[in-house]
Amino acid sequence: MKTIYFDNNATTKVAEEVFEEMKPLFCELYGNPSSMHTFGGQISRKIRQARERVAGLLGCEPSEIIFTSCGTESDNAAIKGTLAAVPNKRKIITTRVEHPAVLTVCRELGNYGYTVVELGVDKRGRLDLAELEEAIDDNTALVTIMYANNETGVVFPIDKVAELAAGRGVVFHTDAVQAIGKIPLNLAKSSIDLLSLSGHKLHAPKGVGVLYVRKGTRISPFMLGGHQEAGRRAGTENVPGIVGLGKACELAAENLEKENSKVKYLRDKLEGAMLEKCPDSRLNGDKDNRLPNTSNISFEYIEGEAILLMLDKYGICASSGSACTSGSLEPSHVLRAMGVPFTAAHGSIRFSLSRYSTEAEVDYTVEKMPGIVNRLRELSPFVAK
Amino acid sequence: MWEYTDKVKEHFFNPHNVGEIEDADGIGEVGSLACGDALKLTFKLDENGKICDAKFKTFGCASAIATSSVLTDMIKGLTIEEAAKVTNKDIADYLGGLPEQKMHCSVMGREALEAAIENYRTGGRKKHELEGSVVCTCFGVTETEIEKVIRENNLTAVEQVTNYCKAGGGCGGCRGEIEKIIEKTQGALQVTGYGTRGEAVRQTAVPGKGCKLTNIQKIQMIQQTINEQIRPALRAHGGNIELIDVEGNKVIVAFRGMCAQCRLTEVTMKDVVEAKLREFVSEELFVEEDKDSAQQPHNHRG
Repeated sequence: MKTIYFDNNATTKVAEEVFEEMKPLFCELYGNPSSMHTFGGQISRKIRQARERVAGLLGCEPSEIIFTSCGTESDNAAIKGTLAAVPNKRKIITTRVEHPAVLTVCRELGNYGYTVVELGVDKRGRLDLAELEEAIDDNTALVTIMYANNETGVVFPIDKVAELAAGRGVVFHTDAVQAIGKIPLNLAKSSIDLLSLSGHKLHAPKGVGVLYVRKGTRISPFMLGGHQEAGRRAGTENVPGIVGLGKACELAAENLEKENSKVKYLRDKLEGAMLEKCPDSRLNGDKDNRLPNTSNISFEYIEGEAILLMLDKYGICASSGSACTSGSLEPSHVLRAMGVPFTAAHGSIRFSLSRYSTEAEVDYTVEKMPGIVNRLRELSPFVAK
Repeated sequence: MWEYTDKVKEHFFNPHNVGEIEDADGIGEVGSLACGDALKLTFKLDENGKICDAKFKTFGCASAIATSSVLTDMIKGLTIEEAAKVTNKDIADYLGGLPEQKMHCSVMGREALEAAIENYRTGGRKKHELEGSVVCTCFGVTETEIEKVIRENNLTAVEQVTNYCKAGGGCGGCRGEIEKIIEKTQGALQVTGYGTRGEAVRQTAVPGKGCKLTNIQKIQMIQQTINEQIRPALRAHGGNIELIDVEGNKVIVAFRGMCAQCRLTEVTMKDVVEAKLREFVSEELFVEEDKDSAQQPHNHRG
């Protein structure tokens, strides 16, 4: 059975071009970039090239890029590193819809005497910038707000948020893990101080991430024990991962516009057909300010995990914000923050596409979905026959 | 991805006995849309008082649907007395086991059966009512129900109780109460406390107690004890606590939230805060409240 992969916000396929670029770095060019000999030294050139490619996609200086092991590490480092650098300020501002890599860290810091403000969102998942402006005070050490939401794809007006923070002299971090490679962004024209990204969300391998640190931003080092990454992140580099990420960023920069219009067309087709063919279904999140690849749809009266297993039978991969899929008992914190009723949150399905998605895959999924929804509704006590 | 047995998958993809019996002798409805799963069970008796037909309708995940399906298979041919003896464990065993976090599905099956039997015994007059006082308000779970899952499945930790009947899985405010119910139901346990994830702690968890501590170590251990042992208990009542300062053996704290306006704070101070700090950090500690820093009480709900 062919796999139809519509779960690209979870992880993506490594691009063939990326894999080719990585291959020699395992058995042939395996030197340590810190070594004095030519064999190792040539590897540091590879890392430099990767750094330039990442900087090229982001519109920043190569020296502002720190390679890490994943998006979560970048988020932890940005938040804790900033707070350590400004010990006299004790307030963090974030949102209720952040990824756990940010939200859990902030809430934990709340246990250590920090005041944590979690901004809410409206029904469509949008922020109220006036509320943010009001929350920033002299005690605020950091504002950390995601670029785009992993569950709904809703994109926040991050350049405006960054300007607000900069205007008040507060460090601003954004978790841009879902945005990078999907929508254009230019750090040269933005006031973002810190930005996290993760390789495996843009067709690079798992195990590599980036923390962008704007020149002049004070941040305490978060891994000690080596001079790598200018002393800000010690540890021997994940050379194949870093080189792979460099290539992935180059591909993203080259193809962003062209691919996005294709991905958006497929997403819109999938979404439109689902909403039309499945009664009592609804879209979650702002229809306009959204990643081009993500669609989050609730199917009322049925439960997400059951839908996923039925889709799985046809080889279709998606994910759900239902309680049952997470092992917790409550549905997605993002959907609840948006005020999506529990009934709809339990039956929410996220489809996330990529440049490798095809129209045939969309058509096949659209063909199967109504049958699945009807089957589960036949079992549901909340649907009258 | 959940590790479901083949039996679970079989009953999920091809469930038996789906539907509703129109002139049913017993009807049991449990759960709700908000809870994430719900089950309506109907059965019919033959002239010998045996269940001759049973049907279900379920909203929920794969294990909830599979559980409902096997339940209807299991009770066919049983008398009411025999059916009343079916436990959630029997249902889970019939499926070849369920993932621990999904055990509540088997409990929902047993609850629906109980409700249907009760409905039959009262001649269809009585709908299912909650028995005993509600402990978990998020999921509407009563003390009686919690005691039952503890006894039937020999549970020893709060986390297990949450897996089996959802109690404690929402705001977490009732975890302290669940802990007490476990202790009461299981008799005097040789357990000194429960960790943050509900695991039984059989000895003092913080290393170094009894050794001479440096000031920094002492302050860190006090903060850790407040975070892990004291705050969760206060949060259960809508309160909170903050460590203000440590001067020698004097620990200065401030109450927040509901605690700030509670007249019982002095009792809480001695019986909870001081007791826990002495247990986990040092016998010599004593606690004082810093009233000056008490903030405006904010409306805090778990």
